[in-house]
Amino acid sequence: MKRRDFIKSAAIGLGGLLMPADKSDASLWETFFQKYFREMTPEEKKSVAKRLEKEYKDKTGVSIDIKTNEALPRVKFGYGLDLSRCIGCRRCVYACVTENNLSRKPQVQYITVLEFKSGEKWVSDLEESRKYYEHETVPEPGHFYMPVQCQQCDRPPCVKVCPTGATWKEPDGIVVVDYNWCIGCRYCMAACPYGARKFNWADPQVPPEQFNPNTHYLGNRPKFKGHVEKCTFCIQRTRENPGRYPACVEICPVGARKFGNLLDPESEISQCIETKRVFRLKEELNTNPSFYYFFSL
Amino acid sequence: MIEFIIDLIRHIIKGNKMYYLWLSILGFFIAMGAIAYFGQVDNGLIVTNMRDQVSWGFYISNFTFFVGVAAAAVMLVIPSYIYNFKPIKEIVLFGEMMAVMAVTMCILFVVCDMGKPLYAWHIMLHPNFPASLLVWDVIVLNGYLIINLSAVTYVLYRAAHGKEYKMSIMWPIVLLSIPWAFSIHTVTAFLYNGLSSRPFWNASIVAPRFIASALCSGPALMILVFQIARKVSEVEISNEAIQKIAELIAYAMGFNLFLYAAEIFKEFYSQSIHLAPMDYLFFGLEKGGVHHNVLVPFTWIALFCNLTAFIMFLNSKMRNKFFSLNVACVLILIGVYIEKGMGLIVPGFIPDTLGEIYDYLPSATELLVTAGIWAIGALIYTLMIKTAIPIYKGELSLIPKGQRRKVPVHH
Repeated sequence: MKRRDFIKSAAIGLGGLLMPADKSDASLWETFFQKYFREMTPEEKKSVAKRLEKEYKDKTGVSIDIKTNEALPRVKFGYGLDLSRCIGCRRCVYACVTENNLSRKPQVQYITVLEFKSGEKWVSDLEESRKYYEHETVPEPGHFYMPVQCQQCDRPPCVKVCPTGATWKEPDGIVVVDYNWCIGCRYCMAACPYGARKFNWADPQVPPEQFNPNTHYLGNRPKFKGHVEKCTFCIQRTRENPGRYPACVEICPVGARKFGNLLDPESEISQCIETKRVFRLKEELNTNPSFYYFFSL
Repeated sequence: MIEFIIDLIRHIIKGNKMYYLWLSILGFFIAMGAIAYFGQVDNGLIVTNMRDQVSWGFYISNFTFFVGVAAAAVMLVIPSYIYNFKPIKEIVLFGEMMAVMAVTMCILFVVCDMGKPLYAWHIMLHPNFPASLLVWDVIVLNGYLIINLSAVTYVLYRAAHGKEYKMSIMWPIVLLSIPWAFSIHTVTAFLYNGLSSRPFWNASIVAPRFIASALCSGPALMILVFQIARKVSEVEISNEAIQKIAELIAYAMGFNLFLYAAEIFKEFYSQSIHLAPMDYLFFGLEKGGVHHNVLVPFTWIALFCNLTAFIMFLNSKMRNKFFSLNVACVLILIGVYIEKGMGLIVPGFIPDTLGEIYDYLPSATELLVTAGIWAIGALIYTLMIKTAIPIYKGELSLIPKGQRRKVPVHH
């Protein structure tokens, strides 16, 4: 018996004590002993997705699709944000909430839009920022805006600290979380320099009729309380072939958001990096984000 | 063996009114804590005051403090074995039992902080080692628990046979436990220290300060517990041993305050933007017309307690009088509990990485669960003492009844 198998059977024995014995629902067992996503075979991934689809259907009566497709070859996603265009309207924030089935109560949002007074300190001292601005119209004169979301770092501190490996960087550059493997220790939240990781403090509530049925296992599938989640560049959209833009890019009314393949020199994002003076947030921390800020004007 | 267990139960249930009152108080807090915890499991961690901005709070603060207490054993192990200082040697066992108690409490605090505690076994199936310091911490804390449990069990097992423990067996355990005690501090300090996203923690002074403050709080707690133990039971703990521990606390506190001063100087003199967490601790931060200062009174109380205790410990007259010694110990416990608990964890998150200030104080659930874990710790220690003392006195023995003779316990 291999060591890992031994530990596993020991864990199963212990689990037996913790789970109600008379529970006829086999999916409870399957949920509890579900394997680590990265160690599943493609068939296992499919069957887990099927089970999760069925669970959601049984609970709400709504059919959804949970994809498990892998990264496309020769693709590494990059993101550009034009600070001279952003007006701080927060449409991206809510498009993201709808697309990614984020909890409406309590509210979970992947994107934070920060407001700064022109001429005040910013970038390295975000303390001067305002997160809860409530103007009748935007942009507020004399202010500018900087949306922040997961920077999909090449050297992600969150991945480094995760004790179970429940979060990792995919070949196409997206940092993902296996919600079922996450134990909810929140060490990644302490480690993330961008406030990008969100915890489900309570059972996330999304009205079933508003639930986006096009989901990915590593992205916007149904979530539950006690685990961490984060922006995945809308993995359910961007991994389609042909891929679609992330919801925040699509919704932006001023075209401040750019997205594309960093490995393709002709892509819009590569062109931005090539021709604009770009910067990345908190460069001094050496996280090497795939998220570039720039000024077009 | 069965006879031993029956005897053991008989000894544990034997006690006066005070003992039963004590047990009922502990039972009450454990029950309250359990109810609060099940509420937390049911509703999620939303019943705490932690949020995305301050994602660790009172549980992790308590965890950090008790890692410090856990290493108290080493304070006693070093002088007793290396210098063969007899009065302390006799109480090492009680120090090791305190380590067992404190590490158990640490594990409970971490489990209560987890969003999905039932899945904690994922760490064993797929540990992110050596990258994640949390895996290191799981290893060193459990290792420390095993080491101290083995030492306690071995010493008691020998005593139950009416024999002294063999140094040839104790030496390897002791040699291992000393660096291991330092490792639980260092690894726990590195857990915070290694995060470049949190400037307040990302200072190399964090690990040394951890050790210095732990060498104050752990022994201070022991001094108090030993006095209670020798009052309520017939265990003999010499004044000399207690005085020696007090002397060690004085040095440790001096060192702790020096490191603290170094940190305060660096932050307040250089006035970089990374001063904010320290500023928040001592004076509060102004943002959007709101003065955020919930931790300010605690910070000053801690500083006052630590400074006063240091002066009291330095003065050998005050140190040698039990009343002033105990006052100083209580002051140190309060001071270090604030400084190494909330005062270390919460400002790491303030301001948060995007500059927001979220004032955190624990919720009722957090307070109740924490009180429950404290009570579990106290219960564990009480039961361990109730087992150890009769064994030491020869009243509880593994020797068959007919072959027993009076064993001289005290040397």
